[in-house]
Amino acid sequence: MAETADRSSLARSAAVALTTERRSGMPRWQITAISLAVMLTLWEIFGRQINPVFGSYPTAIAAAFWDLTLSGELEKALIQSLQPFCVGFGLAILVGVPLGLVIGRFRAVEAAIGIYVTAGYAMPLVALVPLLMLWLGLGFAVKAAVVMLMSLFPICINSWLGVTAVPKSLIDVGKSFVASDQTILRRIVLPATLPYIMAGIRLAVGRGVVAMIIAEFFTALSGLGAVIINSANNFDTARMFVPVVVLMVLATALNALIGAIERRVAPWQAEIAGRDRR
Amino acid sequence: MGEVSLIDVTKHFTLRVGREAHTVRALEGVSFTVRDGEIVALIGPSGCGKTTALRIAMGLETATAGRVTVDGKEVRACGHDRGMVFQQAELLPWLTAQENVEFGLEMKGMRGELLHQTARRYLELVGLQASSNRRPYQLSGGMQQRVGIARALAIDPKVLLMDEPFGALDAQTREGLQAELLDLHARTQKTILFVTHDLDEAVVLADRVVVMREGRVRETIPVPLPRPREDPATVRGRPEFATTRYQIWRAVHDLPVTVH
Repeated sequence: MAETADRSSLARSAAVALTTERRSGMPRWQITAISLAVMLTLWEIFGRQINPVFGSYPTAIAAAFWDLTLSGELEKALIQSLQPFCVGFGLAILVGVPLGLVIGRFRAVEAAIGIYVTAGYAMPLVALVPLLMLWLGLGFAVKAAVVMLMSLFPICINSWLGVTAVPKSLIDVGKSFVASDQTILRRIVLPATLPYIMAGIRLAVGRGVVAMIIAEFFTALSGLGAVIINSANNFDTARMFVPVVVLMVLATALNALIGAIERRVAPWQAEIAGRDRR
Repeated sequence: MGEVSLIDVTKHFTLRVGREAHTVRALEGVSFTVRDGEIVALIGPSGCGKTTALRIAMGLETATAGRVTVDGKEVRACGHDRGMVFQQAELLPWLTAQENVEFGLEMKGMRGELLHQTARRYLELVGLQASSNRRPYQLSGGMQQRVGIARALAIDPKVLLMDEPFGALDAQTREGLQAELLDLHARTQKTILFVTHDLDEAVVLADRVVVMREGRVRETIPVPLPRPREDPATVRGRPEFATTRYQIWRAVHDLPVTVH
C-alpha cells in the first residue's frame, strides 16, 4: 500500500512540475510592452495631424505632464483625489464584503435587503451627486461618499454571488464536524468566496475612479477632476489628457496589485483553475 | 462502545416539477442496527434512499418520522460521536492535508500542540505523513480520500459513516483503500456504516449487508467470512465470496434467492 502511495505521489509531483515549467516563447510583459510602443507611435503620428484643440499626442501630453509636475499642481491634485478615493474605497470593502456574505448566507436577509443592493447597483448615481453636495458640502466628504456608493455595489453583489456558489458539500463538512454558523461563515464560506470578492474589488476600482472624477467635475474645485475640467474649459487639450492618463495608469497598477494580493491570499484558486492560457 | 440504530425512519419531501408538486417517499420505515465494532454496508440501486439514510444518521438531514440512536441515546443533529467521510473527500481546498485534519479537531475544541500532534498521528495512520503540507489539489484522489478518513477518525467518533467513499476512485486505488480500511478497522475496532453500490466492496468489507430498494430495507444478508479478513485478493477467491455476492445481487435485483 505504501508503495502504491509513493508511486502515485511521484506521478503527481511530476505532473505539478510539468505545469509549473516555464513555457517557451516571449514573456507576457514583452508582448504588452511591444503593444504599448506600437500604440503610442500610432497615436503620435496621427495625433500630430489634428488641430491641437480637437486632439493631442503623447509628446505634447508628456510636456504638459512635466509642466504640471514642476509647478506642483499635479502632486497636489493627485493627493486631493486619492485621499477621498482611498477612504471611500476602503469603506466600500469594509461594508460591502460582510454585507454580501450575510445576504448570501441567510435567506431572510437576502429577502429583506437583497433587493436594495440589486437596485442600488443600477442607481444613476450621477443624478444624485448634486443632492449629496447639498448634504455633505463640496470637499472631502462628498468625494468619499460618491466613491463609496459607486464601488460598494459591485463588491457586495460579487461577495453575495460568491456565497451562493459555495458548494453545499463544503458546508456539510462544517456541519458534520459541528461547526457553528459563525464558524462556517468565517472558516468555510469566506475563504471559498475570496476569489469572487477579489473579482468584485477589481470591478469596483474602475467604477470608483470614475466616481471620483464625476464628484470633482461637479465641484470643480480640487483634485484631478478639477484639472481636467479647467483645462478643457481653456481648450488646453494636452493638459486635459494628463490626469486622464495618470488615472488610467493608476487604475492599471491598482488592478495588478489586487491581482498580486489575490494570488497571495488565495493561491489554491490559480492552481485549481490552472490558468494556463495560450 | 459504538452502536448506531435507525428506528422506523421515514423521509418524505416535496419535489416540484413544473407546477405539480410530488411527494417523494425517500425512506419508508427504515430500521437497522450497526453493532459495536461491526462493519455494515448499505447497498441498493441508485435512488433507493441509501445516501439519505446515511445523511439522516449523521444528522445532515432530518427524518420526517422515526429516530436515530447512538448507544441507545437519541441524536437529533450532527455530533462528534459520528464521523463522516464524504464521497469526494470534500477537503477544504485552501488548507493543507494537516490543516484539514486539524479542522475537525478544532471544531471539537482541541488547541495548541496537542492539536498538531493528534492530526499528525492520524495522517501517519493513513500513511500520509510525507504529504502533510500539500493542499488537496496537490494530492491524488486516493490520497485525498485518505485525508478525509483521517479527518473523520481523528475526532475519535464512536461510529464512522462513509458515503460511497471509494466510488469516485479508479479500480486499483479502490482496492488498495479497501485493504487499508480493513487494516484500520482491525486496529481501531471502529463501528462503520458505509454506503456503496459496489457488490464486491460490500462483501469484502462488511459483516452484514443491508439491501435497500425503493426506500425500504428489503433484506439483511450476513457475510460468512471470518475476521480479521484476509487480504481482499484472497477473499475474492473464496467460495463464500461468490455465493454471498450472488445472494446480494439477487436481492438488489429483486429476484428470489434460489440457488440452482
